[in-house]
Amino acid sequence: MDAFTTHTGVGVPLRRSNVDTDQIIPAVYLKRVTRSGFEDGLFAAWRGDEHFILNQEPFKAGSVLVAGPDFGTGSSREHAVWALMDYGFRVVVSSRFADIFRGNAGKQGLVAAQCSQSDVELLWKLLESEPGTPVTVDLTDKTVRAKDLVAPFEIDDYTRWRLLEGLDDIALTLRHEAEISDFEANRQTWLPTTDPLQAV
Amino acid sequence: MSRTLAEKVWEAHVVRHGSGAEPDLLYIDLHLLHEVTSPQAFDGLRLANRKLRRPDLTIATEDHNVPTVDIDKPIADPVSRTQVETLRRNCAEFGVRLHPMGDLEQGIVHVVGPQLGLTQPGMTVVCGDSHTSTHGAFGALAFGIGTSEVEHVMATQTLPLRPFKTMAINVDGALKPGVTAKDIILAVIAKIGTGGGQGYVLEYRGAAIENLSMEARMTVCNMSIEAGARAGMIAPDQTTFDYIEGRPHAPSGADWDAAVEYWKTLRTDDDATFDAEVHIDADELTPFVTWGTNPGQGLPLGANIPDPEQIADENERVAAEKALTYMGLEPGTPLRDIRVDTVFLGSCTNGRIEDLRAAADVLKGKHVASGVRMLVVPGSMRVRKQAEEEGLDKVFLDAGAEWRQAGCSMCLGMNPDQLAPGERSASTSNRNFEGRQGKGGRTHLVSPLVAAATAVRGTLSAPADLEN
Repeated sequence: MDAFTTHTGVGVPLRRSNVDTDQIIPAVYLKRVTRSGFEDGLFAAWRGDEHFILNQEPFKAGSVLVAGPDFGTGSSREHAVWALMDYGFRVVVSSRFADIFRGNAGKQGLVAAQCSQSDVELLWKLLESEPGTPVTVDLTDKTVRAKDLVAPFEIDDYTRWRLLEGLDDIALTLRHEAEISDFEANRQTWLPTTDPLQAV
Repeated sequence: MSRTLAEKVWEAHVVRHGSGAEPDLLYIDLHLLHEVTSPQAFDGLRLANRKLRRPDLTIATEDHNVPTVDIDKPIADPVSRTQVETLRRNCAEFGVRLHPMGDLEQGIVHVVGPQLGLTQPGMTVVCGDSHTSTHGAFGALAFGIGTSEVEHVMATQTLPLRPFKTMAINVDGALKPGVTAKDIILAVIAKIGTGGGQGYVLEYRGAAIENLSMEARMTVCNMSIEAGARAGMIAPDQTTFDYIEGRPHAPSGADWDAAVEYWKTLRTDDDATFDAEVHIDADELTPFVTWGTNPGQGLPLGANIPDPEQIADENERVAAEKALTYMGLEPGTPLRDIRVDTVFLGSCTNGRIEDLRAAADVLKGKHVASGVRMLVVPGSMRVRKQAEEEGLDKVFLDAGAEWRQAGCSMCLGMNPDQLAPGERSASTSNRNFEGRQGKGGRTHLVSPLVAAATAVRGTLSAPADLEN
């Protein structure tokens, strides 16, 4: 995973709440077995509408999505994060994220920046009145900045540290391999395994 | 110290406590796999030259992509076929037990686990699928994860996680006849909203929950994610133990006694406190259906389509307007007047034997309305077999419904079972998102009883409407 400290790019105002992961990427786009190329499925149903924000200049080249509350609800598909990142997004700003989406974003290096809804509204107004306004997301001081607007955002400290350092979760966990083995040695013997049952 | 059920299960699985901002490392007892969210995780293992740590705690099934007719032929869609074949190759390479299409134990991953007796109280269960919350019905801590986490569990059998908050959902009183577990959970979601459970584990409690069968409890816990919660749980009791006893992977003999003794401790202590509490009166509930495009947009069947102009909150008003436009519905229309094209009975929410029995009971001696198609899709091949032994398949076929093979089917637009654009369904599944059942499709979430009655009348209906 690439480290993330600060990012500046075109902000995209998405005035929708409850943007579920079926909207971010419909199920028909989940059939690939590779990890790239998911940008074609991003908001696939909405992108059929020429008025959709990502079909308009300068938003086409957006990299900071500013969305309504409850972003990323529904299905656990990490493809939603891959689709956003493959398209070019580096940050999603919302006042509330679904838990699984937030977790998936953190694993992949997409910053889920939780701002107040009033700051989201200010960002929407600014980005709509002055399309193409660059938005800077700074993970070191946890702010979203656009022109005079400075909006603080929340992100949990551990995810922030991992993103700043660009660290791989599995490698971090495997540092504790001995503790995992100890735990396994003490599990209840009656707990089930998936081994095929022997005919008695 | 007094603790909730969720806290007890959490504590029993902590490999190491994190310090400061660092999360706890939690051991995972059972990892369920399917073809959609696993290929990139297997690939990740290969790239890093890592092994799958515990194949003996891992099991896979094919469900999301599989067709529910002609399963003896190759899957027609080449991309779906590749995904299924990739799972087969990966399971063979990494030594994972797989139940492929056509196998008696194949089915939707959340139907298969409990049916094999692999889901037991007090366990941690994960799967790359948000409806993993289903397994919480046994008093397990069960939740959906993304593909990076799937890879993490494969490599380490653990997950770094911060403790969830706890929320009690108290459902007191008794359900009236014709009101089911599905109506309880739709009412809960309408009450707390699609974001109300974010960050929480929900514990469903109270007399109405205690009186539910295991399968009904699974229906309730299944849709916890639709309220934003990662997991939902119900304390195990005699109903739970009776369901597990004798299943293929259940403990037996002295192990059974030891397990039950432990399972009986898995209850929220009397003086434990939850971070939040919600109360629902079961006596007040009636059949519940959704009218919009998120599962929180639901109302009792006797109500009318709401008028967005009456909604004070701006975000909710805009969401309601967009939903009604998408759904092609007018404010003020009685829900009972809404005509459907398709009825779907199945999914990990309502694809178990009791769901099929309930619907068959309504359909017996009746016929699906003209112009309506009804798909009946068992949650697993074993459910299908049992239903056929009970003659339910004949009831469905005599009523003019289609009797299918097992799979996720029309719950999500990923296999051949889909709605056409503009087509409207009454569906026992769990999500009414735009395009969920096929691009442009319009979904009303309902219970199996409402699904069956709707199939007969052609408009959203409860079984009681058939008597008039």
